[in-house]
Amino acid sequence: MAEQRMDRARMIAWLQNYGVYVAVLALLVVNAIITPHFFSVANIQTQAVQVAPVVIVALGMALVIGTEGVDLSVGSSMALAAAVLPLYLGYGAGVAMTIAVGVGAVAGLINGALVALVGIQPILATLALLVGGRGLALVIADGQLKQIENPALLSLGAEDIAGIPILVAFALVLTLGVALLVKKTTFGRQLVAVGDNRVASQLAGLPVRRVLALVYVLSGVFAALAGVLATARLTASDPSSVGNLIELSAITSVVVGGTPLSGGRIRVVGTVMGALLMQLLRATLIKHDLPDSAGQMIQAAIIVLAVYLTRERAA
Amino acid sequence: MTNRPWLPLVRRYGSVVVLALVVVVASFTFGTFASFDNFRNIAIQSSFPAIVALGMTFVIISGGIDLSVGSVFALGGVVAAYGSRWGTGAALGLALGISGLFGLINGLLIARTRLAPFIVTLATLLAGRGLLLSITEEGSHTYLVPRDSFFTVLGQGSIFGIGFPVWLTVVLFLVAGVVLHRTGFGQSTFAIGGSEEAANLMGLPVLRTKVGIYLSSALLAGLSGALNAARLSSGVTILGVGLELDAISAVVMGGTLLTGGSGHATGTLAGVLLLGVIQNLINQIGTLNSSYQAVISGLFLVVVVTVQTVLGERRTR
Repeated sequence: MAEQRMDRARMIAWLQNYGVYVAVLALLVVNAIITPHFFSVANIQTQAVQVAPVVIVALGMALVIGTEGVDLSVGSSMALAAAVLPLYLGYGAGVAMTIAVGVGAVAGLINGALVALVGIQPILATLALLVGGRGLALVIADGQLKQIENPALLSLGAEDIAGIPILVAFALVLTLGVALLVKKTTFGRQLVAVGDNRVASQLAGLPVRRVLALVYVLSGVFAALAGVLATARLTASDPSSVGNLIELSAITSVVVGGTPLSGGRIRVVGTVMGALLMQLLRATLIKHDLPDSAGQMIQAAIIVLAVYLTRERAA
Repeated sequence: MTNRPWLPLVRRYGSVVVLALVVVVASFTFGTFASFDNFRNIAIQSSFPAIVALGMTFVIISGGIDLSVGSVFALGGVVAAYGSRWGTGAALGLALGISGLFGLINGLLIARTRLAPFIVTLATLLAGRGLLLSITEEGSHTYLVPRDSFFTVLGQGSIFGIGFPVWLTVVLFLVAGVVLHRTGFGQSTFAIGGSEEAANLMGLPVLRTKVGIYLSSALLAGLSGALNAARLSSGVTILGVGLELDAISAVVMGGTLLTGGSGHATGTLAGVLLLGVIQNLINQIGTLNSSYQAVISGLFLVVVVTVQTVLGERRTR
């Protein structure tokens, strides 16, 4: 009896650690067999470009969830960045991008201040910006879609370096950066500690408030960057639709990747795999003419399964 | 704390006071605001989110959250419009049946497997939208309510010049107030929100109560969707996106704490009306872009929650 339970616990632990990799691998194998031209360079590039903004947003979200928080406002931060971008393109793409990302940082700082200083629950603090942020973005853009004609900015969305689209390169570099941040830096350790046990961290003298505030700033910056890149790829600034509901995709990626919602543990590569899994699933369904509706229901089932597995560890 | 006996009152009835202030100021500022017709419009437009927010009040008092209400609202509307060809009973029955199913799934997953409500209802939000797409040919088909159907009367009819949905909302809030404060179910809801472990140790029916809470939330969302479909004479698939956020905002503005264990339905009603009045005022001003509504709603939410949190901290100190 005891042995059986051990086996079950071991199996669940294994699934938590490697389940998402196995699922991605299985989908790749299935597609290699049943989907023609799946492994063409063009298709791989398309899939990677499509998933890149979600990956970038999900990386920030993973940090937030690691502190036992959540950031619902990421889609609105993307919209704000997209709305601000065309206003400053006259000064050059670099300046406009910096300002757009800066707006994301300010949005994140507001979230961070509400969570860390006022002590409002993350869901509520970021809900306010989710509601208000997109409205503000639409006010800034006057509800208009604006074509982007700046060649430097457009090249970010269209060109590639040695076969790797620039968008994907951004996602890869940020993944590496976040992985190092979590594993190798003091800030990363403090972040995980705060998520694991906030009171103990406080008692141990960690700068809990600063860590919390910074995490939301990072999430805002990542989201704004994703907004800039998505705008470059769309070749238009569209604050009414860019990043709509991306908070759900990002949270899904993080959770499916094995990061528990209860904080204290961040799985960076798992998060990327989670985003990839959802993207591959959608692509598989589309390529076989299965409707989007089926995809959403399967996605729902995967979320519940993933959380069920992470819960077992906590129990 | 002893020299500030008004603090808990402000926290509890702050939204009612703010609502009254906004209405008074608006009445003096805009000549077109304070009229029977305009109030009637606000009432009918607020009645649908109010019914959804009522269910959310129970959920949040119990320390949970229900993100799936927007999807269930839309589903309720579409299946009610679909079912109305067989009569009013079928329309309501289908809407309540499907939404009840979603509520049961939410409740059982949350209560039995003890998964986080946030994530379970996020999954049912997606599943609900998926189901919605699959029964409407990927959102391209809108079911219409037959022109002569009695079902439309439920959404469009009125008594004493005030629409049915408004009356129903009033009745539902009265019933909910009694259930919340005068029944075992209501007391268990508060107890679970205060401390689920303690509620369990006291021998309260935690599992049953939680299933009941999520079931009522989904049923109310489905009912609201069905009424809305009756009012519009069609099941519009794109409605209800983001409704969960409006409902949560209204509940929280109404003084129900997201941490659970405390709250009331009156505040929720004031919260919903506050959002409705803001929207109405922005329409009155006319020159303002409708996007301002979201900005102002977001600002209100921040201010209200900040004030509540700051006052709450003082009280516990």
